[in-house]
This record gives sequence, C-alpha cells and structure tokens, in this order.
Amino acid sequence: MTPRSETLLAGLKRHDPRAIGRAISAVENNEEAAADLLAALDQDLIDKVLVLGITGPPGAGKSTLTSSLIKTLRTQNQRVGIIAVDPSSPISGGAILGDRIRMMDHALDPDVVVRSMATRGRLGGLCASAGAAVRIMAAAGCEIILIETVGVGQSEMDIIRLADITLMVLAPGFGDDIQAMKAGLLEVADFLVVNKSDLPGSDALCMDMEQIFLKKQEETTIARVLQTVASENKGIADLLEAVNKFAEFLVTSGIKETRRSTALDAETLDWILEILRPRFMEAMKNNPEKKDPRIRAKELIHKNFRNITP
Amino acid sequence: MNSQNNPYRVLIGKPGLDGHDRGAKFIARALRDEGFEVIYTGIRRTAAEIAATAIQEDVDVVGLSSLSGAHLRLFPEVVNELETRGGADIPVLGGGVIPEEDIDLLLKDGLSAIFTPGTPASTIIRSFTEACQQHRDHDAQK
Repeated sequence: MTPRSETLLAGLKRHDPRAIGRAISAVENNEEAAADLLAALDQDLIDKVLVLGITGPPGAGKSTLTSSLIKTLRTQNQRVGIIAVDPSSPISGGAILGDRIRMMDHALDPDVVVRSMATRGRLGGLCASAGAAVRIMAAAGCEIILIETVGVGQSEMDIIRLADITLMVLAPGFGDDIQAMKAGLLEVADFLVVNKSDLPGSDALCMDMEQIFLKKQEETTIARVLQTVASENKGIADLLEAVNKFAEFLVTSGIKETRRSTALDAETLDWILEILRPRFMEAMKNNPEKKDPRIRAKELIHKNFRNITP
Repeated sequence: MNSQNNPYRVLIGKPGLDGHDRGAKFIARALRDEGFEVIYTGIRRTAAEIAATAIQEDVDVVGLSSLSGAHLRLFPEVVNELETRGGADIPVLGGGVIPEEDIDLLLKDGLSAIFTPGTPASTIIRSFTEACQQHRDHDAQK
C-alpha cells in the first residue's frame, strides 16, 4: 500500500471530510492510490449500508426531496452520504453541479457527506466511480447513501443499478414525460413518489401509478406509491418508514444480495470498458480505415487484444 | 489547457447577503464551457458553509463573488475557514465590485487573485486554470 492510500484510509476511519473528498477524487481520476485504497475498505460496512437511488424528470423535486430526506434521517441520528450526479457538457466536457444549492442547510453538519459528480461524458466509468464513491462513504461511516440523478439517459440508468432501492420522483403536470418514461424507469423503480402532491392532478397521478405498480404491490404489503410535499417536509416520515420496511424485506428475501452482485457485475464491465477505451482510441487513430465499423471493430479487437495489459 | 481526462473542479460561491448572482453565474457558465466542473452553491452563504463545501467536494479552487461591498470581511473569512478546516492549500479567487485600493489588502489577506468589472473573461479563466494547475502540482508533490 502506498503512503498516500494509507493516509487516506486512516482519514476515512476518522470520518475526515478532506480524506473522503480526496479518496473519491482519486477514484474519479483513476489515480494510482485508488486501487489499494478500495481494496482495503471495510467490507462489513459496505454490506450493511443502504443505498437509495433517487431519480425522475428535471423539476420533479429530486434535490428538494433529497434534502428533506436528509433532514428526517438526521433526526434519527443516521450518518448520511449523498452522491449528486449532473450531466457533463458533451462539447466542452465541463459541468455545472448545482444540486448543492438545495442541500446547503446541511453544509455544516459533519454527518452529512455530499459529493457532486459529473457524468464526464463517458460510456463506462461513471458507474464505476459512483460505485466506488458509495463504498468510500460507507467506509467513512455513512449508514445510508442517497444517489440522486436525472433519470433520462442510459448512464443514469446504470447508476441507478447501484442502488439497493430506487425511488422514482414524479410531480403532477408532467404528462408526456411520464408517458416517455413508462418503458424504462418505472420498471426499475421500487417506489413511486408523487411529489408536490398539493398541486391539482396529484390523486389522479397516484391512481395511474398504482395501476402500473399492481404487480410489485403483490410482493409485499408495503405501499409503493406515496405522496409527498418535499418543500414542506410532508409525507417524508411515511416514505422513509416504507423504505425501511422494504429494505428489511430485501435483506430477508435475499434480493439485496442479488442486486448487489448484479451491480458489481455492471461496475466490472464498466472498468473493462474504461481500461480498454484509451487503447482502442489509440489503435483507431493509428489505423484510419473507411470500413464497416463492425468489421473494423472485430479486426481491431483481434489485432490488439493480446497486447493489452491493464 | 484543461486536462481532458480529469477536469478541474472549482466551487463558485456567493458569501454574505447580496443576492446579485448574475456575475457568479456568468463565470460558472464560462468555466463550464472551458471544461471545468463547477460546483455552484447559490447565494447568501456563510464563509463556513462555502469552506466546508469546498473541502467535501475536493475542489482545486474556490471562486467568490461579492457585489455588496463586504468583500474585505467576507473573502478573507473564507480563506480563514478553509485554513481551520484543513484546506489551506486551496487557492481562493475573488471578483465583484471591488475598489482599486482594496485589491492589495485582499491579496495580503490570502486571496490569490481579484477581478473587477473590467476584467476580461479570458483573463479570469486563465487565472482559474493556472490556480487549478498549481493546486494539482502541489498535490502531486505530496
């Protein structure tokens, strides 16, 4: 183990915010120190932590809901980690990470650990670094980790796979957006949270969603469609109670275990792509050909695979 | 310029009570367009909140904006808060309506650079880039 990873590891055990931030950067930037650091994390803490994914269309109130979840979790004395994901610009590679704005109430609470992450426009990679961030936060004493992301793209879907439980946040008045999402995200969501439920149309939306969730509802007696007004902290305690019950069910039924192992596979695949990507970019640059891309890909793999050492 | 693989991370914050964030948002967008990852904290933050956030987010540089005239108190307060929280190595840059005679005072109090309404955006971005790179180099030496 390098001295740097040892310092970081000791810092994580002390819950030192600087060490947590640096450790996550080390992973995000693919630094040398990251590998032994990750290997040395306390697996017990990682197994025990509950990872909640929070997703939904822009404007549904994800950040506000996250903030009010933090507030309630803090009254229960839980140490909370938050990973807030925002998109990188495909053109400049830059990003504005603004989820913090709604979480600043907790900025001085040492038991609320927030990390903003940009998607960095890569296919693989984000899922891997977000997964590592989850483990680092768990090793730094977080008992519950919230991953917040806009639920539209493929990379966001992949991140949500890291979660043990996924909450889909909707709000009345979104109409067509919901239609568009029916095919994908509603299927992976464990809970539908109808936020801004003081707005007209909330009850109708709930009824629609309950229809969609009939089958999931049969698994347990836990209510899966809940209403909240996150800005007023309404419905949050009930939501957390349902989530906790469901978390217990996931453990006893063995589903949590299965989900974790699927997530690890997804992360592994991500790392494979992340490691291979630069080599094949290089190979393509050195060998420009106007060929059918699929044939060219096969040839490149054939030619280069033997030379690859990770 | 910016390392393609590992974008620089900066925090843009507005300490104190002034709510005019057009300048802060302009800089945030300009930095994003240059490939920076910008953590934006919004208006009316305390120096302690900004420093704690900067450390959690492991930023390379903190950028502050103030148009209220309280920069002589607020900017150095952020520098001090960073210091007490173990982030003395994180450079702090400031901008806003800042009289000429205050610039030296702020630089003496630990600010790395000060921008005024006349400063071209390209100069500001260059300063951020240099400060970020110095911070990374400093980090690598450790």
